[in-house]
Amino acid sequence: MSELTYLTLTQARAGLLAKEFSVDELLEAHISALAAHRDLNAFITETADLARQQAKTAASRLQRGEAGLLEGLPIAIKDLFCTTDVLTTAASHILDGFKPPYESSVTRKLWGEGALCLGKTNLDEFAMGSANVTSYYGPVRSPWTAVGDNVAVVPGGSSGGSAAAVAARIALAATGTDTGGSIRQPAAFCGITGIKPTYGRCSRFGVIAFASSLDQPGAFGRSVEDCALFLEAMAGYDPNDSTSADLPVPDWKSEVGGGVKGMRIGLPREYRVDGMPSEIEQIWQQGASWLKAQGAEIVEISLPHTKYALPTYYIIAPAEASSNLARYDGMRFGLRVPGKNLAETYMKTRGEGFGAEVRRRIMIGTYVLSAGYYDAYYLKAQKVRRRIADDFTQAFEHCDAILTPTAPSAAFRVGDKMDDPVAMYLNDVFTVPSSLAGLPGISVPAGLSASGLPLGLQVIGRPWDEMTCFKVGRAIEQAADFTTLPYGLEAAA
Amino acid sequence: MSLDRSTVARIANLARIDVPDDQQEPLARELSNLLLWVEQLREVDTDGVEPLRMIMPLPPRWREDSVTDGGHADVVTANAPAALDGFFVVPKVVE
Amino acid sequence: MSYTIEGNTGTWEIVVGLEVHAQVISESKLFSGASTAYGAPPNANVSIVDAGMPGMLPVVNAHCIRQAVRTGLGLKAQINKDSVFERKNYFYPDLPQGYQISQYLHPIVGNGELVIDMPNGESRTIGITRLHLEQDAGKSVHDRSDDATLIDLNRSGVALMEIVSEPDIRTPEEAVLYMRKLRSILRYLGTCDGNMEEGNLRCDANVSVRRRGETAFGTRCEIKNVNSMRFVARAIEYEARRQVDLIESGQTVVQETRLFDAQKGETRSMRGKEEAHDYRYFPDPDLLPVILPEGYVEEIAASLPELPDAKKSRFIADYGVTPYDAGVLVMEQQTAAYFEAVAQGRDAKQAANWVINELFGLLAKGGKDLSETPISADDLGRLLDLLNDGTISGRLAKDVFAIMFETGQSPARIVEERGLKQVTDTSSIEPFCEEVIAANPGQVETYRKNPKVIGWFVGQVMKKTGGKANPAVVTGILQKMLDG
Ligand SMILES: [Mg+2]
Ligand SMILES: [Zn+2]
Repeated sequence: MSELTYLTLTQARAGLLAKEFSVDELLEAHISALAAHRDLNAFITETADLARQQAKTAASRLQRGEAGLLEGLPIAIKDLFCTTDVLTTAASHILDGFKPPYESSVTRKLWGEGALCLGKTNLDEFAMGSANVTSYYGPVRSPWTAVGDNVAVVPGGSSGGSAAAVAARIALAATGTDTGGSIRQPAAFCGITGIKPTYGRCSRFGVIAFASSLDQPGAFGRSVEDCALFLEAMAGYDPNDSTSADLPVPDWKSEVGGGVKGMRIGLPREYRVDGMPSEIEQIWQQGASWLKAQGAEIVEISLPHTKYALPTYYIIAPAEASSNLARYDGMRFGLRVPGKNLAETYMKTRGEGFGAEVRRRIMIGTYVLSAGYYDAYYLKAQKVRRRIADDFTQAFEHCDAILTPTAPSAAFRVGDKMDDPVAMYLNDVFTVPSSLAGLPGISVPAGLSASGLPLGLQVIGRPWDEMTCFKVGRAIEQAADFTTLPYGLEAAA
Repeated sequence: MSLDRSTVARIANLARIDVPDDQQEPLARELSNLLLWVEQLREVDTDGVEPLRMIMPLPPRWREDSVTDGGHADVVTANAPAALDGFFVVPKVVE
Repeated sequence: MSYTIEGNTGTWEIVVGLEVHAQVISESKLFSGASTAYGAPPNANVSIVDAGMPGMLPVVNAHCIRQAVRTGLGLKAQINKDSVFERKNYFYPDLPQGYQISQYLHPIVGNGELVIDMPNGESRTIGITRLHLEQDAGKSVHDRSDDATLIDLNRSGVALMEIVSEPDIRTPEEAVLYMRKLRSILRYLGTCDGNMEEGNLRCDANVSVRRRGETAFGTRCEIKNVNSMRFVARAIEYEARRQVDLIESGQTVVQETRLFDAQKGETRSMRGKEEAHDYRYFPDPDLLPVILPEGYVEEIAASLPELPDAKKSRFIADYGVTPYDAGVLVMEQQTAAYFEAVAQGRDAKQAANWVINELFGLLAKGGKDLSETPISADDLGRLLDLLNDGTISGRLAKDVFAIMFETGQSPARIVEERGLKQVTDTSSIEPFCEEVIAANPGQVETYRKNPKVIGWFVGQVMKKTGGKANPAVVTGILQKMLDG
């Protein structure tokens, strides 16, 4: 294992620009790491050949001094982003063999900035899950294990493969998508940093949809600065996505170290939920103290409708999903399971092509939109969503950013919480409210649980104010000085 | 709201998802539990609240009327389980 | 105008509302950049958006919004400055996304009206309930294989305006007049070319019956696939009769969708395909609400052309043509413009007469329409000038017209080259008059008792001159000779 894979994205970039090592050396080190960690099942498709091809262009561009933001840097792509002629699965059986004849806008930008594609990472099927256990291609295991236990823990989900790949030093950074917490929660579970930007900051064009009004691409990195750099390369206006915002992309990476002096940081009192483990409460208080020590003012705020966020989310997201996933019907691409006739072909293809969690959500979504129930469920949920969004608007009159734990617990063992959907859904209790409001949120590793697993803190910002998330995140990062490595990686470090 | 087997069967048909008979009962229970859980929303007073339409208010985004795509039936049908002469081939539709 | 059906138990009337799907004239589709051109090879005019590929997103075509607003204004309708695209969810192989993007609770156009002109000169106003934008589905080809259906998505995503009328129509004829008038307005506006054969104007009819005098509506059936003007009346007549027979035999009408079979001239149930439709409409989260900018509607309103109703009134008032003739002349914008070019500075009634009776007569005989006319409006005008200034006679004018139609030559050239100019000079006509008088002493006797017989003499002289003599001059000479 090469120490090149232990660099941050920012360090690797500097190293390439300073010609301390070559694009090839950097890439081959990562390809080796990828091969060494296949036990994590973090990738559905490896694309070493594509990366090597991209590396040639990158090397010559670096040579000519025409380097893009990510020139020559090996990264991983959540397998929810469509990539031209590369198998794209959404971790679902129903997309068997699907090779898109098109590129997602985000990955197109990344290749344009010179990034190298190591592969497509595993995820919960159609991004539905919080443990990365619903993938047709098998669960992802986290590179972490609890102290004194060698049972694998989950990496979180749905972007579990991306989080595991970055945590295990396979990729310098990775894309994710976040609908209700699918970047922030796995970042917290895997001890890395993950940002979900404001809804509309990154294009959804070419990203396989789960719930359109919530889905947002974002970034994983091993530092706040890396996330800022990576997100800069991903973000920006796209005329192909009507919900993408025509706003300039700020130079986040240069300003992450701006500090928190004079900032007001809100702690929502409703996030002190019943039964929250004391270590979560402690890390949260710790985070507040760190920020206070760096000159921020800590204020208590109220987000009164917090407790309704999860049920609201579990109406809206399945409703949109039930419609978004109607196109997987075996007619034009992907799996077709032939039946006696058309009707049976539909039923079998979708019955066998979707896994249990996806089927469950499609069923719920279909039900809440069906005749006679729309007002009671979907319309009601959109009204409550309005109230939740208004809560945040009001809260931001009293603070510049909101600090919360990212998840209500550390990572759990593979196999836990599988029999109770609601218990699984509670993983996202702290991330879902800001998703419903479309706000940016970052998760930064802040410490370890009693069992030696990473714990993350979440910083939520105002609309389009990723900058404040980065600054506060960086302040926590500095104070936390989180340097613990997952199992098996300490030795190599 | 608790779902019975027949409702599950109706929803499964609307969603075109085959649910084998022996799975209808357990699925009905599972979905009923979920619905019971989301029904706590009834507690929220939403009188006079406008449902959320756009999370981030954006100006209208329309495209110019010009032909910028098409002319590649081969690409469009490249992933089709079955295709013929530029058409997608699907099981017989009975009118 | 009343239309009733005599049943065994009494007299019935019909209630009809029409839902028209009009294809918007645009270069590209409602939500993608693929072409809308007709007749392309299968799946050639398809983008990955239209094919419902994973991750694809719709982006609204600005021109289609403009066209819908324009049409709404043409129907004197309320324009909604805030409308919403929703998804109508159902599975069908020609519906790639598994939903149709349409408008449901908040259409772009609300209440409007359309005036139909009855042949007896009366007019009736039919209410328009709404107009909304939606995307078309693809096409299923069933006859290429016994065990498979082929899908062509060229139409998938093409913009349609669904225009829904109030149930104000009371006769099959009114339904046809409604369709004609709507088509006329759409063509004036340039928002739909109204070609039913190519399927860019499609009509579904909601038909119910009730006993005469009743005010409540009966149960209605929706008749789909009424794809020509002729079928509109036939489908309604058949369906109304079917419903009356059902009720009178003690059965009930089931609300359902029925298909019009043009070959058999009957409607049949589509129940097999129908099942329990539950479209689960909800606002499309991929699209923003359609909010029309300040001044947008006003600007389009200012750019509207003069529409058929206004033009008709003006033709009646300014040109003195009959309401019926005016109605015929304004049906197509091109016809109205042609007529106005001919009528400009001339006798308008005469112009209307020549356009409607002579020109349309010959065009109809040749199966042509006005765009294919060999006679330009200018030439027809010059022909009328030659007639009116006495250069040619009325009889010759029709011959010249026929030659113009065949050859496309100008009337002056035809008259000149064929020597058809009217003869007015007395010295060359007198010999013919003398000849006729001399050869018919008996008729001269009759003339003494009945001077009206002079018409017979004029006819004889005209015949001898090959129709070229000016009849007024001939009459004058004959009178002088016979009376003298
Ligand atoms: Mg309709
Ligand atoms: Zn329609």
